[in-house]
Amino acid sequence: MGSRASTLLREEEIEEIKKETGFSHSQITRLYSRFTSLDKGENGFLGRIIKIPESPMCRRVVVSFREDQVNFKGFMRTLAHFRPIEDNEKNKNPPTSEPLNSRTNKLLFAFRLYDLDRDDKISRDELLQVLRMMVGVNISDDQLGSIADRTIQEADTNGDNCISFQEFIKVLEKVDVEQKMSIRFLH
Amino acid sequence: MEDLWCVAGAIFQLWMVVVVFFIMLPAMFGLSLGVTGVYIQILVKILEWATIRIQKGRQEQPSVPVPLHTGIIERARGSMEEQMGQLRCPRPPAAGEFCLSDAMYFCKKGLESIVDDQVTQRFSSEELASWNLLTRTNQNFYYISLRLTIIWGLGVFVRYCILFPLSAKKWLSELVHLTCYRICARGLSATIHYHNKENRPQKGGICVANHTTPIDVVILANDGCYAMVGQIHGGLMGVLQRSMVRSCPHVWFERSEMKDRHTVTSRLRDHVAAKTKLPILIFPEGTCVNNTSVMMFKKGSFEIGGTIYPVAIKYDPRFGDAFWNSSKYNMVSYLLRMMTSWAIVVNVWYLPPMTIQDGEDAAQFANRVKSAIAHQGGLLDLAWDGGLKRGKVKDSFKEEQQKMYSNIIVGQNGIGPPEKCSQTKEDQ
Repeated sequence: MGSRASTLLREEEIEEIKKETGFSHSQITRLYSRFTSLDKGENGFLGRIIKIPESPMCRRVVVSFREDQVNFKGFMRTLAHFRPIEDNEKNKNPPTSEPLNSRTNKLLFAFRLYDLDRDDKISRDELLQVLRMMVGVNISDDQLGSIADRTIQEADTNGDNCISFQEFIKVLEKVDVEQKMSIRFLH
Repeated sequence: MEDLWCVAGAIFQLWMVVVVFFIMLPAMFGLSLGVTGVYIQILVKILEWATIRIQKGRQEQPSVPVPLHTGIIERARGSMEEQMGQLRCPRPPAAGEFCLSDAMYFCKKGLESIVDDQVTQRFSSEELASWNLLTRTNQNFYYISLRLTIIWGLGVFVRYCILFPLSAKKWLSELVHLTCYRICARGLSATIHYHNKENRPQKGGICVANHTTPIDVVILANDGCYAMVGQIHGGLMGVLQRSMVRSCPHVWFERSEMKDRHTVTSRLRDHVAAKTKLPILIFPEGTCVNNTSVMMFKKGSFEIGGTIYPVAIKYDPRFGDAFWNSSKYNMVSYLLRMMTSWAIVVNVWYLPPMTIQDGEDAAQFANRVKSAIAHQGGLLDLAWDGGLKRGKVKDSFKEEQQKMYSNIIVGQNGIGPPEKCSQTKEDQ
């Protein structure tokens, strides 16, 4: 499944990734060695990360690596969503396209966690499935169903019984997404 | 030109004589000329000097990244509840609330563990704060100064031309003789410090130690004879093992056989019951760990009964990385690395014997022994199972997380979310 990552990361590639994701040189090299250590064997990268504990959402995260062949660039692009927004970046001239770790892009990433069939809408079924992932067997179908119903009721403004991306943004407008959906990478 | 070769040949022969006389003979008789002690001290001085030079070099070249051993990311502290509560503000975190932002928490946790998880860290070689002139231990080998390079070159020369032929010759001749473990130790330039020799394992007991490398066996066998329990390795190791079986009553298993705990336990029990037999040596972690921590002990060894003699083994990382990453190196290349390292300095502590107490089950006893060993050796006491290195993770951890989360959104008494929903139900 996973592609064979090249044994050495070239300088140009590092620069490319730096521009696209905003990570620093040393962060990229460290993450690269982490990636290569996970990308061993026939199962490759994706095969290995499924084995890592600590989150019921692991499978969901795995699917969110959206390329068919997960390579280092794809890995970095996904991680880039979780880079905290630094103050000095807000003052710089905005780049031609929005940086991967902007608030909107973070929200989009979270939205796609729920939107399993990628039709840009979160239906009741999709919400139920993701909820089921997070709670396991500890809550009955009925209870889960009512939680899902309530959530959709609160978020849905145009009455189509689904949550669109705009409605998703509205619900979470007071949540400090920048802070909470950020991983602090050490330099 | 021929004269030169003659001279070189003569020097070589002289050198071999010196080697044999000063090293092999004393080793056979268990004597030590104290050379190794001096050698180690000199090594330490050189390494300290080298480290200072590198640090100076680094300050002048700030672009050189410093390898960290604290991890790649800084993890958020706090339980699931606290972190989720922060995530959800400004809504009051009453029980029975699900919020769309909850998925972010799990996603973040998932990615954090992908980037940096405690288990995998244990199985990669320790990154050293100082550089011990072995390129292997430093991820980024940079040309820092001419002097350093010269020393390094000298070091390579010494290691590959002097230390290695010594050990190769010895290693070959030692294959069949059990009593020549001492020479093996010399060949590896191993300096072993034994502490608390009065607690050495007695006959009919079980010796339990933490495991870093197959050399652990050599280290322990230097100071007493043991019956080994372990899995059969193919190749070079297998030959060694078969030859050892002839001289001592060892107990070897296939790895798959080890899964049948009943067979293993009964065989071991028979061995222990015969009080005249040599103490059994067991490494309960079940795999090689990189010597910074002690992983969960498999309780099988502790169910046999009998007295347990715990032993803590700690390798000094300044001189060479003894950890055997079996998924990265095979046995031969590992031995090659070992023999061309500077030296292996080991501390072995014999701990006072322990027996299982009333009201304690095997798992608790195993943990108790593990803590004692970790404490003595200055290693981290981890609850993680060493088997995670190879196998899939047990689902119980994930289930724990799910349970915790369910409690948060529905509350302890399992009542569903408040009024709104029950009203809609009534309307229907």
